[in-house]
Amino acid sequence: MKSAVIVFPGSNCDRDMAVAIEKVTGVKPTMVWHQEYDFDPVDFIALPGGFSYGDYLRCGAMSARSHIMGEVAKRAKAGVPTLGVCNGFQVLAEAGLLPGALMRNAGLKFVCRDVSLKVVNADTRFTSGYDGGQEITVPVAHHDGNYFADSDTISALEDGGQVAFRYTEDINGSCNGIAGVTNKAGNILGMMPHPERMVDPALGGFDGIHDGRALFESVLAGIG
Amino acid sequence: MKARIHVTLKNGVLDPQGKAIELALGNLGFDGVNSARQGKYFELDLAETNREKALSVVEDMCKKLIANTVIENYSVELE
Repeated sequence: MKSAVIVFPGSNCDRDMAVAIEKVTGVKPTMVWHQEYDFDPVDFIALPGGFSYGDYLRCGAMSARSHIMGEVAKRAKAGVPTLGVCNGFQVLAEAGLLPGALMRNAGLKFVCRDVSLKVVNADTRFTSGYDGGQEITVPVAHHDGNYFADSDTISALEDGGQVAFRYTEDINGSCNGIAGVTNKAGNILGMMPHPERMVDPALGGFDGIHDGRALFESVLAGIG
Repeated sequence: MKARIHVTLKNGVLDPQGKAIELALGNLGFDGVNSARQGKYFELDLAETNREKALSVVEDMCKKLIANTVIENYSVELE
């Protein structure tokens, strides 16, 4: 399985993402700089966490309009599995590839700790390695993770199985506690928690509870 | 031509920063602030001299970058 990690100025989880992908797939991903217009065909695209463009204007706003995003959008719309974590989620939302927006945390605090997530929909290409309703522990580190969409959109997301992960407690004010959503087609996932930080046994990435690894394994299993 | 753009959060969108400002004003002894909402202000110096064209271009800029219309409204004044 070939992967690409998109790197923006101010990305800081790009290496973590690359290490996680390589550990699970056995293949080093291509690192793609945001000023590129194209990259080799891949089976999986990841947008990493960080503070791209210093969060200028709105988190992810500048990156969402960078050169490479035209190609990312084209491929994501064509069905290539695309994952955005933290800032990557903000970029996907700003690019209009995922519904809703990420706003300043309701408590105004930067939240940086392990949180418990419920796998709401285990029938996506990112979550098939989990059991539906399973609770997993994954770290978050964000100031702007307060997921917002209007009530009609939220109902549509809930009814359409687009909510992949939900916080088990309110950590940032997100509508319905949404921690991760997919697009309608299910091939694009955005999530604030960092599964790529939970793929190593030293951090607890193997016991099925503290497990971000299963997310990457799910993608790999879907590609074959 | 100058364009002045205000971007504000839509009604019903929680504004935790505005809420904190409201509380801080109360702490400073400014009574009677029923609510505070925080927004953004932009000034653009445009080469365009035709008002109608300028307005149409700036609106396009607002939709594509300056505002996130999922959560924000914008208003444009030309001068």
